[in-house]
Amino acid sequence: MAKTVKLTSPLTDQDVLQLNIGDTVLVSGVIYTARDAAHKRLVDLLAKGEPLPMDLAGQIMYYVGPSPARPGRVIGAAGPTTSYRMDSYAPTLIKMGLKAMIGKGKRAVEVIDAMKAYKAVYLGATGGAGALISQRIKAAEVIAFPELGPEAVHRLEVEDFPAIVINDCQGRDLYEQGVREYRRTAAR
Amino acid sequence: MRQIEAAQVTQAVKAAAIAANYEPGADLLAALARGAETEESPSGKEIFRQLLENARIAKEERIPMCQDCGLAVVFAEVGQDVRLVGGDFDQAINEGIRQGYGEGFLRKSLCHPLTRANTGDNTPAVIHTEIVPGDRLKLTVVPKGGGSENMSRLYMLKPADGLAGIKEKVVTAVQEAGPNPCPPIIVGVGIGGNFERAALLAKKSLLRELGQANPDPEVAVIERQLLEEVNCLGIGPSGLGGRITAMAVHVLMQPCHIASLPVAVNIQCHASRHQEVIL
Ligand code: SF4
Repeated sequence: MAKTVKLTSPLTDQDVLQLNIGDTVLVSGVIYTARDAAHKRLVDLLAKGEPLPMDLAGQIMYYVGPSPARPGRVIGAAGPTTSYRMDSYAPTLIKMGLKAMIGKGKRAVEVIDAMKAYKAVYLGATGGAGALISQRIKAAEVIAFPELGPEAVHRLEVEDFPAIVINDCQGRDLYEQGVREYRRTAAR
Repeated sequence: MRQIEAAQVTQAVKAAAIAANYEPGADLLAALARGAETEESPSGKEIFRQLLENARIAKEERIPMCQDCGLAVVFAEVGQDVRLVGGDFDQAINEGIRQGYGEGFLRKSLCHPLTRANTGDNTPAVIHTEIVPGDRLKLTVVPKGGGSENMSRLYMLKPADGLAGIKEKVVTAVQEAGPNPCPPIIVGVGIGGNFERAALLAKKSLLRELGQANPDPEVAVIERQLLEEVNCLGIGPSGLGGRITAMAVHVLMQPCHIASLPVAVNIQCHASRHQEVIL
């Protein structure tokens, strides 16, 4: 039975181990944003043995490139981007202690295996609901790579940010389960 | 000859780019409302509700519907009795995009393909210009998101593959895309022409009012059959499982070479944005 769980970052192993695919998570606290360009920079820094702009232990990475904020607003639209573009970088960050990723779309086997091995989860936010999601973001600040524009790393403070568990620590996949339930054969 | 100022073109493109990103069309809203009614999966129903709420917030709070405000595709139908004065046509369009994406607080999503350096103003637009009879200028601004564009495909089939081959490719493209292009989607299909024309037909089909059938009954039947097959896949809204993976399939078809059967599948996410202006 799917449940709703409120989580506050940074996350512990217990926080993520209790989650099953299909559960709704309401995330509060600090989360970090990064898309492909920022991931490449992060992984390059690690390869050179240099420090990252944030401590990844227990953290949540949100795959998003927000639209610009209007004056007086915190942020513009801020829905998820497609996650597979981060697949080649994600296992490295998971090994560094990253506990959750928020995005949309399928993940590679390597990422799912890393989530199993190091206890992390992948959460899906509603793709294309950028205006709706932006209302759960209470503060936003660029903390690294400002030259990347919308792809810069932001530190966001969120309150009850809604997401669904797509891949849990047991390596299960909500997308596969959903399709199995509703697939039928076409009459040709 | 009717004269149109380049500055008018810039102004029109700017307004259309902003409106497209903030104001979902009535056809899209109707389709989302229908989906919220008819989708059988509870999570799918909830996604439709969220998307309706998202559309309302976008319009009322002036937040773009989607943070990916797209690469700006501009279709221009230029009447042959129009004379453009006071500037270069493509420059006037790009200036409109620059101003619209800047003043409209829209995300600039274009970059150098290799260095990935952002161009800073969402230009250049991809402009398709056609000369048509008359003395009007029709401009349609279509911001196209990367997530759904990435899941689009072009196939050069053999004539022997026929309609069955076309259907198989369309269904495969949607299946492989899965949850990635933000379903519920609209599937644009171009059949015939050649390599580049098939892709253009697929994109152009997306300009049609959502769910309107192709006026050619032969093509309309193909659209209906494809929609049914695609919706058997079970991907559903947000890919969480459901009956409505696609809200519509639009097909445009034209003759092709005797050796070929080009088929393009242009996937359009539910953030289907297009704004038309006539000067
Ligand atoms: S695929 Fe469409 S709805 Fe989804 S994030 Fe991209 S532009 Fe937005």
